[in-house]
Amino acid sequence: MSDEAAADDVRDAHIDPPYLYPDYVGTRLRAPLQPLVALPSRLTELSGPVFGGSRIGELDNDLTAQHEGEALGQRIIVYGRLLGPGGRPIRNSLVEVWQANAGGRYRHDVDQHPAPLDPNFSGAGRCATDDDGRFRFISIKPGAYPWKNHANAWRPAHIHFSLFGRNFTQRLVTQMYFPDDPLFAQDPIFNSIPDPRARERLISRFDLSNTVPEWALAFEFDILLGGRDATPLDEDDA
Amino acid sequence: MIAGRTPSQTVGPFFAIGLPWAEGPYVVPEGTPGAIWLRGTVYDGAGDPVPDAMVETWQAGPEGRFAQPRNPGEEHAGFRGFGRASCEPEGEYAILTVKPGGVAGDDGAHEAPHIDVSVFARGLLKQVVTRIYFGDEEAANAADPVLAAVDPGRRSTLIARPTEDGYGFDVRLQGERETVFFLV
Repeated sequence: MSDEAAADDVRDAHIDPPYLYPDYVGTRLRAPLQPLVALPSRLTELSGPVFGGSRIGELDNDLTAQHEGEALGQRIIVYGRLLGPGGRPIRNSLVEVWQANAGGRYRHDVDQHPAPLDPNFSGAGRCATDDDGRFRFISIKPGAYPWKNHANAWRPAHIHFSLFGRNFTQRLVTQMYFPDDPLFAQDPIFNSIPDPRARERLISRFDLSNTVPEWALAFEFDILLGGRDATPLDEDDA
Repeated sequence: MIAGRTPSQTVGPFFAIGLPWAEGPYVVPEGTPGAIWLRGTVYDGAGDPVPDAMVETWQAGPEGRFAQPRNPGEEHAGFRGFGRASCEPEGEYAILTVKPGGVAGDDGAHEAPHIDVSVFARGLLKQVVTRIYFGDEEAANAADPVLAAVDPGRRSTLIARPTEDGYGFDVRLQGERETVFFLV
């Protein structure tokens, strides 16, 4: 391995959080403590499911329009590109999102904190990336919410993202944050990412040029997947 | 253009509003000849079930081929290769699939039948990845190059046991008999 490649590996190790991050109390009994076993990418890992648009409904990318009335809150457009390890766009790939409502409450039985539910907001969306790897959702800005991890703990506002990429090694679940959130400093989930520059990549960019006047603000969130770039399909295409 | 890879974050406790879907657990449709149920429980380091976990599976079909776009439906009618099941509310998952065939690698090594598994949960800042092998494939398992790289004392954590309607495979995130997890 070249020195440069070795340095890349070291940097890469600081991108994902460790499993055990005691400040995030939920990791203490759930983090594996044995060392991981290296799994060289074989056919199983270099292939992966292809969904495309097959399970996407017409309103799935507009979280404000899935009910009779409009969702309450600050309307936002969230858009970006899904890229593979080499920076190549990942096209026709399923992007799934879920989030709290404007009051910071999830439509889930376990979330019982005393903020109102919005009958016009379910909080889940899906879309497929286009030929340039682009995705776009319409939603409302989620609220921050308390979560009892430590005294007076609040999660910064965020939208959960689930991404597939082109093979099993590229699978990613992450969270998108909003610029200048004063709650970052006390959030162990955000701060579990060792490299501060990598943390910044989870913060969407406010984009005035893509706002829709009199209607919605816009936030840009590009996603670059790790994992292996090769797939058996690529070889077929070559 | 962003400068580097996007980091992982936990799926959190509320993924069920966005990720599970009705057909998710059905890698093959009900009634498929040879279909098996994979069932198991995800446990934490205290031995308690993890209700807010989600299991995803990826596997070859019975002939050892993957459901890629170039051969849609070629191998097995309705075979998706991918399964997703929530462990709510008791920590148990169930996925209906068919037993995969062995997979021939480019390097000539032949892998025993296996299913790749990802587990996501609140408290997991990144998914854990493991593999299911089958207890009734002793000869193939003994020749499998991935199993061979695992400490013999821990290999049993990767072996599913035959059950009435398929196979059982529990995941222990931590503690005694912690499941072997892979770096992919």
